[in-house]
Amino acid sequence: MRRGHEAAGMKRGILWLPLAGFALVLVLIVYALFWPADRTVKSAMVGKPLPAFSVAPMLPGRPGLSNTMFADGTPRLLNIFASWCIPCIAEAPMLLRLKKMGVPIDALAIRDTPVAIRAFLERNGDPYRRIGDDRQSAVQLALGSSGVPETFVIDGKGRIVLQHVGDIREDDIPEILAALEQAK
Amino acid sequence: MSAARVCGSSRFGLGLLALLLAAGPALADSSLPAADYANTQLRDPAKEARARDLMGTLRCLVCQGQSIADSDAEMAGDMRSLVRKRILAGESPDTVRKSLIASYGDYVSYDPPFSWLTAPLWLMPLILIGLGAWLARGSFTRRRR
Amino acid sequence: MIAEAGLAALWLAAALAALQFVMAWIGIARDRDDIMVAVRPVAFVQGLLAVLAMALLITLFVQSDMSVLLVAQNSHSDKPLLYKFAGAWGNHEGSMLLWVTILGLAGAAVAMLEQNLAKPTLIATLGAQAVIALGFYAFLLFSSNPFARLDPAAPDGAGLNPLLQDPGLAFHPPTLYIGYVGISVAFSFAVGALVTRDVGPAFARAMRPWVLGARVFLTLGITAGSYWAYYELGWGGWWFWDPVENASLMPWLAATALLHSVSVLATRDGLRAWTVMLAVVAFSMSMVGTFLVRSGILTSVHAFAVDPKRGSFILALLAIYIGGALILFALRIGTVRQGRTFDLVSREGALVANNLLLSVILGIVLIGTLYPIVAASFGVQLSVGPPFFNKAAGPVALALVAIMGVGPLLRWRRDDAHELIDRMMLPIAAAALAGAGIFIATGGIAILPFLGLMLAAGLAAASVAPLWKRNLRRTPLFTWGMVVAHLGIAVSLAGMASESAFTRETLVAARVGEPHRVGPYIVRLDGISPAVGANWSALQAHLSVRRGEDGNWFVLRPQSRFFASPPTVTSESAIATMLDGQLYTVLGAADGQGRWQLRLWWKPYVTFIWLGGGLIALGGFLSLLGRVRRERRPAYREGYA
Repeated sequence: MRRGHEAAGMKRGILWLPLAGFALVLVLIVYALFWPADRTVKSAMVGKPLPAFSVAPMLPGRPGLSNTMFADGTPRLLNIFASWCIPCIAEAPMLLRLKKMGVPIDALAIRDTPVAIRAFLERNGDPYRRIGDDRQSAVQLALGSSGVPETFVIDGKGRIVLQHVGDIREDDIPEILAALEQAK
Repeated sequence: MSAARVCGSSRFGLGLLALLLAAGPALADSSLPAADYANTQLRDPAKEARARDLMGTLRCLVCQGQSIADSDAEMAGDMRSLVRKRILAGESPDTVRKSLIASYGDYVSYDPPFSWLTAPLWLMPLILIGLGAWLARGSFTRRRR
Repeated sequence: MIAEAGLAALWLAAALAALQFVMAWIGIARDRDDIMVAVRPVAFVQGLLAVLAMALLITLFVQSDMSVLLVAQNSHSDKPLLYKFAGAWGNHEGSMLLWVTILGLAGAAVAMLEQNLAKPTLIATLGAQAVIALGFYAFLLFSSNPFARLDPAAPDGAGLNPLLQDPGLAFHPPTLYIGYVGISVAFSFAVGALVTRDVGPAFARAMRPWVLGARVFLTLGITAGSYWAYYELGWGGWWFWDPVENASLMPWLAATALLHSVSVLATRDGLRAWTVMLAVVAFSMSMVGTFLVRSGILTSVHAFAVDPKRGSFILALLAIYIGGALILFALRIGTVRQGRTFDLVSREGALVANNLLLSVILGIVLIGTLYPIVAASFGVQLSVGPPFFNKAAGPVALALVAIMGVGPLLRWRRDDAHELIDRMMLPIAAAALAGAGIFIATGGIAILPFLGLMLAAGLAAASVAPLWKRNLRRTPLFTWGMVVAHLGIAVSLAGMASESAFTRETLVAARVGEPHRVGPYIVRLDGISPAVGANWSALQAHLSVRRGEDGNWFVLRPQSRFFASPPTVTSESAIATMLDGQLYTVLGAADGQGRWQLRLWWKPYVTFIWLGGGLIALGGFLSLLGRVRRERRPAYREGYA
């Protein structure tokens, strides 16, 4: 007899289990709807040293790029761009402004040709010291970048400190300067 | 979110179509051909099979939910080329997957790794079977021994 | 004028739905027969009005009336007539109106055709149906009005997405919606039965045809969707465990479990709580599915209409309907007398195992689909895809297939394990033979496809076993239905395993005149030429194909197609279907050196996947026919399934 009652009590509790399960699913859905996840793909390399790479120069007369060049003690920016990238045009004035402030900027040109890059730089200004040729996006993939434009802040020891996805706008500049400052 | 980002996300290649038709759409895509091994198979069928299996489990980062094996996007092609080149060089699929995860995080792999966060996910089949079996036992006749 | 009439019809239908609900409530609460009698005609007229509204919307699309916002956003005067027609539901508002229309029609059918159910339960069912309809009418009228005007009228439309300009569009959404609505009717029956505490064989017999019918349409809808994606997306994939695909699979799994459970309740008066629970689960899965594909909270290549506000509306409806039903369940099911018990080794036992395993798969799919959200709440971006689902659900599905073979061979209530194994000799032999054959022919393939092929052979033998030693002409139609449906699963499984294990792929940058091999076929690119269609222009490849060195040449013409409005490029694959598989060809881009990218696949027996799906639907249809005919006979006898 007692066993029957116990079974009945447990059975009563179980009957509310589906409602509890549904409530849990509902909570998840509400969370996803009102606090939508950030869909930008971020690099997992932030905080880690640059991966080993060495690419040829994009333009003759200008040096190419390799990870060892970043370990010289000066924090700098690494800008991922391309001539066929529209937001890169919008970003160019901001990069020029940063250059005027004395920030060293190196670049990786993704899937591009010297002719197109030269034309781009002539039209939009040239804030770069070195431009590397990443014709098949191999370095881009190693860095954890998933599109153009992106900018990485690298500290003096060659470690990635910050990733900025998308073009640099005016209100992004303080954050980048702060990261550069901290990386000293 | 990534409203500023336009490039690298096109599903559709332009190819020679733009030559054939007067006004092509202004897609933001490089006009370079695909990477070496984006659309070329490895000669060794065993290696190609390993590469293809791996490609089916890697996420295209600029697409709306496709693997790099199923996508026309340029970046997917670059990732396919990377996978094939490294398998060709003798790396194991697991090493290649791990290095892509090192670059992009677990997001790039459709096979979630087993960790404290994903333990409920991976253990769910066993939990559900156990729960269901326990719930169902009330339906069965109890034999008197 | 037409748009305003459509809107008026919609408002009227909504008003009638409200009336239907109120009358059902009062009629049952006060036991007023005169009010209850009036509910049926109200349901009928409501259905008619909804149909009128949908017909008027379709008219607007066919006429390309650009003063209506929806038409201007989604159609174009150049569009072929079929796609103007189907474009009416190829968008968010139109598809919601289609849903409501089918819902109204189903309610009308229940009201007019159901003769055997106790009246209070039927009226309670119609009341529940009205509540569901009301929610969607409110959604349409207050947040997704399909008849909104555009002033001034647009000169022409923004065009329909070219990927949707396909016969698949005309077929896929309505089939799925009919399925979902059928499930909602089953749900209404379950709620009605809980309200009047009438959970028994009569209620099960009333509900069964709706579950069968719904599941036939869901099967057809999913099969069609899979084939559509297969030939449209251009990569030969037929299932990706994508959130939208999962959203259509989950109701199907629940409906399958429900359909078996309701049979047990109808014939053996067992599994009462399971049946009611599954009806609620099936409906909640179809609502969750509707919500997921429109809410934008999950990334999917098939998703459409990303609008968080609309998401919240459906979410609220979800919470009210399912929460309410689950509360009702918890409160009432305890007072429903437990049905008869049975042995572990018995047909009921196998059906419980069937329910259990289907629910487990459902749980895996649900949790896998939602888990990225859980991870996001911890700040981690996670992807859950085919590797997880195949590893987690695959073995459970194979176990289910094994049970499916055993179940129909078991006796009701109590059976003996030893005798069972005797009956299973033939299927087990078939499976072993298949396994040995594959091993000898191929030297070994991956484990999941291998088990899949073995089990498919065993299941095929086991599914026809119930016909053994029977007079085939006197075998009931629903027995044929079961045989055909289970055979369909075996066929589909064989197709899936075969495609997974034996597909041959060739990717090549082809020069004109060069032959290339894929599987047993030789493919030669003869040239590229321009092609023009109704609203597209294309580059078309002329491929000469032959089987082996001595087959006859035939031609395939894959295209790279360019649409003007909206500007898009798609690849139209060219597929040759043979008895033993399909040759799938796609034209890619030129590489600037005179070579063209070709993607070629030889997929052995891939057609079995969708053929099996068709058989499952056919089996369900035969069962439905058999049951309906049996119900209409004056002297009804309880029989074996």
